[in-house]
Order: sequence, then C-alpha cells, then structure tokens
Amino acid sequence: MSISQQPKAASNVLQQQLQQAPPSGGLRYPSSKKTIYDRNLNRTRTSELSRASFAYLFIEMISYAQKRAPSVSDLEKRLNASGYPLGLKLLDLLIYREPPRSALRPTRILALLQFVHTTLWKHLFGRPADALELSNNSPAEYMITDNEPLVNAYISIPKEMSQLNCAAYVAGIIEGVCDGAGFVTESVTAHWAEGEDIWPGKTIFLIKFKPEVIEREGILKGGTS
Amino acid sequence: MSYYFAIIGTKDNPLFEHEFGTSKQGGDGIARFRDEARHMNQFIVHSSLDIVEEVQWGSGQMYVRPFPPSQKPPSLHYPPVHAGAVHTQYLKTIDRYHNNHISCYLTAGNVKFLLLLSPDTHPAAYTASSNTQRPSSAALARQTSSSLAANPTAPQTEEAIRLFFTEVYDAWVKNLMNPFYLLNAPVRSPVFRGRVMAAGKKYL
Repeated sequence: MSISQQPKAASNVLQQQLQQAPPSGGLRYPSSKKTIYDRNLNRTRTSELSRASFAYLFIEMISYAQKRAPSVSDLEKRLNASGYPLGLKLLDLLIYREPPRSALRPTRILALLQFVHTTLWKHLFGRPADALELSNNSPAEYMITDNEPLVNAYISIPKEMSQLNCAAYVAGIIEGVCDGAGFVTESVTAHWAEGEDIWPGKTIFLIKFKPEVIEREGILKGGTS
Repeated sequence: MSYYFAIIGTKDNPLFEHEFGTSKQGGDGIARFRDEARHMNQFIVHSSLDIVEEVQWGSGQMYVRPFPPSQKPPSLHYPPVHAGAVHTQYLKTIDRYHNNHISCYLTAGNVKFLLLLSPDTHPAAYTASSNTQRPSSAALARQTSSSLAANPTAPQTEEAIRLFFTEVYDAWVKNLMNPFYLLNAPVRSPVFRGRVMAAGKKYL
C-alpha cells in the first residue's frame, strides 16, 4: 500500500509517525515515550478490577473453549491451559511485591502451598482460601478448598455437564505457580465437594505432585541435600 | 574489569546475554575480553549452573561464600535447613574459574541471572589482556587496588553486584508482565537491554 494513494491528511499523519519512531529495529513507542519498564510494579498493588468485567471476559473464554472442546474433560483442560501462564507470571510478581525482609522463594512444599493458600488467593479474590489439607490417599496429593469460588459466581452449569467445574481456570493458575516454583505437578484439578448444603458451590482443588518432588522433599527434610 | 551477564531460563536455555566493562575509574564501559576467551564465557557460565542447582534447594542463606571448585560442595557447610523454612534468592559468588568469579541471582520462577566477573590486567594500556595473569607494575596495583576487580570477594563488590541484580530483576518482572511474553522465550526488547546497560553503568 503506497503512501501516494492515501488521502493527504492520512499520509501526513503516517509521515509524522515515521519521523517520531526511533530507528531501533522498528519498535514503536507510545507518544508519551513511556514503556512498560517505566511503570512501577507496586502501583497496581491495591487496585481492584470490577467483577462484572471479569465475569464478561470469563464467560466469553468458556464459550470460546467450548466451541473447540468435544467433551467436558477437554473443556476443563482448555480452561486449565489458559490459566497456566498466568500462574507462572504471578509467582514472580507476588514474590517481588512482598516486603524485602520476607521476599523469599518457597523451597518446601508446605511453604509453597501456604503461599498459594494465602498470598495468591488474597491477590486474586481478596480473601485467603478456606482450607489446606493433605489427602488421605497418598502423600503426594494436597487439597485446597474454596467455599465459593469467585469465578463460578455467574456460571450456571446445565444438567448434562454437571461434572464441569469452571474453577479449572483457577486450577490452571495454581498449576502455573507450582510448576514455576520448581515443584512439578502431575495435575491440578477442580472438583465439586459432595454433600455440602451450606456451601453448594464448594470446590476442592486437588494438587498432585510428581514423585521426584516428594523424593526431594524427603531428602531435604533429612537435613542433607 | 569486564562483565558477562546472562539470563538462563528454566530449561537451561539462554534468554539474554550482555557484555560490558566497568564504567568506574577510567573504564570506558566496553568489555575487554580476549577474542579467544570470549566464547569461553558462555561455557564457564553454563558450567556453574550445576552448582546453582545444587545450592538452590539446600542453601539457607542469601549469600554463598566463594569456593574453589576443588572443595566440597557448599551446601554441606551452611547452617542446616529448618523444616518449612523459605530461602532467599540471591546467591553470592558461587564459583571461580581462573580468577573469573561467577555470581548468581535466582528468581522466584527459577530463572537464573549469572554474572561473570573477569579482572583485566594492563588497564593503562588497554591492550589484549590475559585472564590469568596478575597485574605487576606499581601504577597498575594502585589503580586496580580500589577497583572491583582486585577484591572480588569484598563486601562492596558483593553489595554492588546485589544492587545490580535487584535492578535487573525489576526490569525482568516488568518484562514478564507483558502478556505476550511466554516464559523461556528469548528477550529481544531493546528497552530491556537499555535497562540492563544502565544498571551496569550505575553499579559496576
């Protein structure tokens, strides 16, 4: 598309933009010359997002995933995959934002899960999660319980898909955090808690760590390394 | 005094590299590595990754004392790990290779920042320098005695390196916040490079 074919006003604007852009590899800068590197990371620490806009976006995400997923478990996998990169990045951001005295990387499973249970949940939902338990079945499984996940607030599940729990998105975030910290997980899934009348939407996040992680944990506990 | 800075991702892939020289005391900010030795920098830095990985789970302290590679691994020297303790991220000089010291900073996402310090000799002449010789003349000694190169294990050097790493970490987290940046992808932003250069000029 050559410039001479465009109307004169547009071509002036285009030339102005070309002149303003610094010649470094064609990177374009906003007109105020401020890049993301100039923003302070703590600036948005206490800001909140409107629930309605999140719900709107989330509903769209679900229908986008649903179009491509033939089954319920596939849909949950897609939601999980969309939350995963979020977890990786949140890990660094949240640890960066903690006061310097206590800004430490978690190196033990319990410390990591405490971090997820309080700091991550507070950042995402404004309150800590409700329970953190070790599963009875195996030492590699941990459960985080949320009585009323925020993401499910405006989602109604039809009867034929009653297994679907859209908190699979949050499960993806948790998986990202755990994998990023070096505790590789086999899976993090969201399940409905059975038999709860007070909290009908109660969700349990089941976190399964890989055997290497448990082995390492055992070695560290022994005091050698 | 030349520096080679590299960012290594979680799969041991390099994401970013930068060479620069000291801007203090007559240094002009340009790295002076021998041409043959330049590619060695990558090897040296990557070989210290093993040590990082060994220490990252065991270390209970922020700073790791420098040790010659022939000694026992450092984790056995340090205070025992308490159950449930969380460990901090900056490991001091962790390795030495013929007078080149390597320091490491470990981010929360297990991305490693590695800095190789290589002392120059003949700063007056600024000709090709050997990495293993010791400066011999008196003028050299006077000039280099207060520079970072002469005392790579001094607290001022380590403080300077720690501040440098903190600034780069700041730029790194901002880079991560870019929703289009996928983890373990190479960093190509010229703004990021500019930030690293500025931090290098300021502290090293």
